Amino acid sequence: MSTLMSGARMLVECLVREGVDCLFGYPGGVTIPFYDVLYDHPIRHVLVRHEENAAFAAEGYARSTGKVGVCCATSGPGATNLTTGLVDAMMDSIPIVAITGQVTSKLIGSDAFQEADTFGITRPCTKHNYLVKKLEDLAETIHEAFYVASSGRPGPVLVDVTKDVLQAQGHYQQVTAIHLPGYRVFTEGHAGQVRRAAQLVQEAHRPLVYGGGGIVAAGAAKELREFVELADTPAVLTLMGLGGLASEHPSFISMPGMHGSYAANMALTDCDLLIALGVRFDDRVTGRLAAFAPHAKVIHVDIDPAEIGKNRAPDVPIVGDVKRVLGRLNKLLAENQSAPDETLRAARRAWWHRIRQWKLEHPFEAPTSDTEIKPQHLMAEIDRLSAGRAIIATDVGQHQMWAAQLIRFNEPRLWLTSGGLGSMGFGIPAAMGAQFAHPGKLVFAIVGDGGFQMSIPELSTIASNGLPIKIVVMNNGHLGMVRQWQTLFYNNRLSAVELDGFPDVEKLAGAYGFKGRIIDKPWELAPALEEAVAEPGPYLLNVKVTPFECVYPMVPAGSGLEEMVLGPPQPVAVPAE
Amino acid sequence: MLQVISLVLENKPGALMRVTGLLSQRGYNIESLTVARTLDPELSRMTIAVDVDAAQRQQVIKQMNKLINVLQATDLTDSPAVVRELVLVRIRMPQESRTAVLKEAEIFGGHVVDSSTEGFAIEATGDPEKLGEFIDVMSSYGEIEVARSGALAIGLEAKKLRLQPPVPTKTGTKMEETIY
Repeated sequence: MSTLMSGARMLVECLVREGVDCLFGYPGGVTIPFYDVLYDHPIRHVLVRHEENAAFAAEGYARSTGKVGVCCATSGPGATNLTTGLVDAMMDSIPIVAITGQVTSKLIGSDAFQEADTFGITRPCTKHNYLVKKLEDLAETIHEAFYVASSGRPGPVLVDVTKDVLQAQGHYQQVTAIHLPGYRVFTEGHAGQVRRAAQLVQEAHRPLVYGGGGIVAAGAAKELREFVELADTPAVLTLMGLGGLASEHPSFISMPGMHGSYAANMALTDCDLLIALGVRFDDRVTGRLAAFAPHAKVIHVDIDPAEIGKNRAPDVPIVGDVKRVLGRLNKLLAENQSAPDETLRAARRAWWHRIRQWKLEHPFEAPTSDTEIKPQHLMAEIDRLSAGRAIIATDVGQHQMWAAQLIRFNEPRLWLTSGGLGSMGFGIPAAMGAQFAHPGKLVFAIVGDGGFQMSIPELSTIASNGLPIKIVVMNNGHLGMVRQWQTLFYNNRLSAVELDGFPDVEKLAGAYGFKGRIIDKPWELAPALEEAVAEPGPYLLNVKVTPFECVYPMVPAGSGLEEMVLGPPQPVAVPAE
Repeated sequence: MLQVISLVLENKPGALMRVTGLLSQRGYNIESLTVARTLDPELSRMTIAVDVDAAQRQQVIKQMNKLINVLQATDLTDSPAVVRELVLVRIRMPQESRTAVLKEAEIFGGHVVDSSTEGFAIEATGDPEKLGEFIDVMSSYGEIEVARSGALAIGLEAKKLRLQPPVPTKTGTKMEETIY
């Protein structure tokens, strides 16, 4: 028999057994028993400054490692503050486990101090959630939570533990198996459908890979590279899929969608075979669905059966793990390397030629100016320093789109961005989570001046842990993306988007004890970024950029991809009177 | 037309909320819902009649099947199935109508479960539409109060319930006595 221990200690023991080396949290009344165990336990607890950021940091940890990220919060406000992070992880299929304290079982439902219906509130925010009211259920539930979070389509799982469970004494019972009779994990993919897919790939004249977050989640980057090489197929990767195929790989076109490249969107519009891998045909990618890849047969591989046919009915549906399915597809392609006939070869050559033409005609541009810093210039400079190797975390909005367009990622799990939910204030805590997981790695948090101000409390966490994160504020003085929509679609009536009163970052960073700098001249940009990277500790760089730049290309919401607008309306010469 | 969904789910707290949450989140109104345990006391069977856009029906079933507590969700709307409902009617009517009410109830297969000088309580089961007619008829005799169970359905095609086998844990095997 194992030693008698408290529920709190058992909980920590479960975490250790799950391989957790670091968790992000904020204590409170009912979780004191848990924190009492942490007092002299080697597991690393990172004290964040707001629970929402604990969830985002756990996501940053999970996104950058592929392991389950862990966050914890107390009952009531602690738990409700976690919810944005939970939904964020839900939308982007990120495996995190959240542990929340709950008031003593007997008090549940009595409007006790700091009581909230965490189980009810987080039901739609999680892949699955639990309320533990008995100590004998605790260990099994925690192990189950990790299994559910990390298997199948990953996602957030919350375990709400009452205070009396944390305080009760009991024995840890070995959990040898997870019993979830209703939880099916699809991995293999239907063999017949995989064969059909291989045949379509070999026969297609204008094939195109449309890869997404599923590639990253499944760890299928190697298989994807083999596939595009074997099948001689160009590829576009969604915002969530960036890094799934190296940005420098010759088959990689770029990101498609609302702010995707001309080449990527045209390739989607003209392809005759769309090989959709770990994607969900999101509206920001497809634009008007009826006009999306209108000439293409669709092969759709996804681990989640509910994604197949949700937005577009596929010709070849394959429910399975994209890594395994691609592995088998590659094997079939390698075995059947029959020489294609001349028509097919000519068609493929012409397809590649068109794609190269599109790329040449309208590349993502990084214009520079002699007087002011263009936001694209900023991203191009960060790209130069990163060279496809740094971890880049962002918020949501213009800076996110320019970063996605202009920064290269030569590996998966370098690009940490709030894709589906689009949460402001995500970048800095996500960068913290990633930096804890990769202490030696260069980590940039690129944020806007809006999102930055949602994350300011975490400067304290960064300072107290000496995290060498390079925070780059792309400061255009506005909520840029909303401002862009108001300019383009609401007669430039700029409503509630001006952000004046931005703090002096030199003083702000100085107040936390690290370096900060403000720049607004283009010639200062490269040296300032180099100085930031060279600095051994944290660095806060406020880059004042052109305030009224818009992100292009742009597919207006509800339009087809081929209706993208490539740039601002050109001034038309008015004939003199 | 209402979609009739039959579910087998774990008999656990919160399982019902997950299913109804899926529907309310999409703004679908549940017309009726019945739930009770099955032969296996750890499982419940639920029948839901719900107003879902035709285009979304398959997606709703898929999302239900994704729920961890749901073992099986089946759309019975267009497949062979028996749909039944139970209704309890309390009727108050004049003395002279008593015989007529009893006769009408008999036509619908209903039977009296309580009788008093003021009237009857009548129980009837059957196809929900037929029960609607029964209620209409009863209301023509007097003042009525009605409780309906909501639709209960069972598919007529054998559908095997596939339970997922237990998954061995990584943590369970390598464990020593304790790490402390």
